[in-house]
Amino acid sequence: MEPFIIHKGKVAGLDRANVDTDQIIPKQFLKRIERTGFGQFLFYDWRYLPDGTPNPHFELNRPENEGATILVANENFGCGSSREHAPWALADYGFRAVIAPSFADIFYNNCLKNSLLPIKLPKEDVVYLLKQAERSDYELTISLEQQVVFDDEGFTSAFDIDPYRKQLLLKGWDEIDLTFVYEPYIIAYEKARS
Amino acid sequence: MAPKTIIEKIWDEHVVYREDGKPDLLYIDLHLVHEVTSPQAFEGLRQKGRKVRRPDLTFATMDHNVPTINRFVVEDEVARNQMTALERNCREFGVPLADLNSPEQGIVHVIGPELGLTQPGKTIVCGDSHTSTHGAFGALAFGIGTSEVEHVLATQTLWQHRPKTMQVNVTGTLAPGVSAKDVILAIIGKFGVDFGTGYVLEFTGDVIRRLSMEERMTICNMSIEAGARAGLIAPDDVTFAYLRGRKYAPKGEAFEQAVEKWKQLCTDEGAVYDRVIHMDGSEIAPTVTWGTTPAMSSPIDGTVPYPEEFATETERKAVQLALQYMGLKPGTKMTDIAVQHVFIGSCTNSRISDLREAARIVKGKKVAPGVRALVVPGSQQVKKQAEEEGIAQIFIDAGFEWRDSGCSMCLGMNPDTVPAGEHCASTSNRNFEGRQGKGARTHLVSPAMAAAAAIYGHFVDVRTLYKEAVR
Repeated sequence: MEPFIIHKGKVAGLDRANVDTDQIIPKQFLKRIERTGFGQFLFYDWRYLPDGTPNPHFELNRPENEGATILVANENFGCGSSREHAPWALADYGFRAVIAPSFADIFYNNCLKNSLLPIKLPKEDVVYLLKQAERSDYELTISLEQQVVFDDEGFTSAFDIDPYRKQLLLKGWDEIDLTFVYEPYIIAYEKARS
Repeated sequence: MAPKTIIEKIWDEHVVYREDGKPDLLYIDLHLVHEVTSPQAFEGLRQKGRKVRRPDLTFATMDHNVPTINRFVVEDEVARNQMTALERNCREFGVPLADLNSPEQGIVHVIGPELGLTQPGKTIVCGDSHTSTHGAFGALAFGIGTSEVEHVLATQTLWQHRPKTMQVNVTGTLAPGVSAKDVILAIIGKFGVDFGTGYVLEFTGDVIRRLSMEERMTICNMSIEAGARAGLIAPDDVTFAYLRGRKYAPKGEAFEQAVEKWKQLCTDEGAVYDRVIHMDGSEIAPTVTWGTTPAMSSPIDGTVPYPEEFATETERKAVQLALQYMGLKPGTKMTDIAVQHVFIGSCTNSRISDLREAARIVKGKKVAPGVRALVVPGSQQVKKQAEEEGIAQIFIDAGFEWRDSGCSMCLGMNPDTVPAGEHCASTSNRNFEGRQGKGARTHLVSPAMAAAAAIYGHFVDVRTLYKEAVR
């Protein structure tokens, strides 16, 4: 996994609640057997008109959001299907972090496995960021080490993250390798139960 | 010992390793696998030269992509590749597979219970959010992503934080014509699509106790639509009777011993949940969704709401977008909504009792002109049983299409989809935009409500049909 330490980037806003993983990556694109190449299909049904041309009204198609690497959205982001294709698509498109007041559990875990940082911030901070994101030059810095999000204009907001997950992200460790360190415990557990 | 909830009992029983500042390392008793969320996980194992630690605790089937008609002709090459990949992976890693030739094939959450793989007290995972279904047996069952699938394949464990616990107490008595589907839709309608985030739900109360195993599966199946990765129901005699004699359930004396152990799986007197919510089952009506989340629903005798009725700006905006997508005007009576498609199937409602319930409504009647109606049994075993009981014939005589098992129109990853702008009465679990096809307008309902919509061409209150039947 690619480590996540600090990231500064442009912010795109998606002022919608309950964005489900069916929207993030529609089912017709789940048939691939690779982890890569999903970015082109991100938000496909919102992003493109029926004739295949970009939908100019969709948030990410607005010129001011071009090149954004941080997505800000509303409550319960990533609800629904467990498809990890959703964080794969967001990461492949170029996002390094998603900020929302709340996330669905499975999606949140899936992001952490893919070095896409899910950040829960208070609602009022999300409202502020959604407003700022309407500008084409608005950038945020995310420090995972410090667990803080800030801009160059005085905004700053701290976030929580599980210390174990934080460590994995900072180091970019493979979790399975790490779990094998605990294999004696797994063997002992299996023995005790058989 | 301090009193514990059933959730805590199962959890503590499965902790392999615990250390402060870390999630618990949790042992997984059963790992179910399907073709869509597993290929990248197997590929990950291959790249690192890892093997599947416990193929004997792993079971695979194919369901999402499979055509439900001419099932051996998968015209979509990419879909076919995914199914071939699963066959190859199962062969290479020694994982048992119920493929399209198997009489045991079906939707993963239908066949797990049917084969007796799903048992009380087990930890069960699958790369599929509707894994919560298996909680109906008093198992701790939850959906995981593909990286976690790979982790379980390699280690048979997962690092997990102890979840918060919530009791969902459903009291009273359900009116005739009100089903388990209506109960869970009403709960989500009342408390929202994310009240369960971070929690495991335990469903309790008179209404729950009186439900059959299949109805309990419907309830637990949709826990995820409330944001809860897992929902469960403590096992009882109904559970034990269901499991007796199933292929992978313990046999003979071992079964009796298992039952004694399973009986301990209940929430102790005095155990404390992190949250408790109540629902009066007597007040629940047959429920229909009008929007694009499972919480956007109304009793059948209600109307499509006005956006202004909602408290927050975010909600008003969401409702406005939903109504626009659904092509519905506020104030429209639910019974005035016409449907062009009816889908009876999915891991929520495709079991034999669901089909029996729908067939009661359909018997001797015809599908309304202009309506395309599908029945997709949840497994090949359900299909066979329905054919033997004469239920299949009732559907066929009425003008329904009778299909082979699979996920079908629940998510339209296969040829079964709803065209843009058309309305579908669906017994599935998600009415998200585009779920059943781009622009498709999904209304979630119970099997009886879907069957009635097929006959009348619009939604009807099945309570009136049941009253007529009693008279």
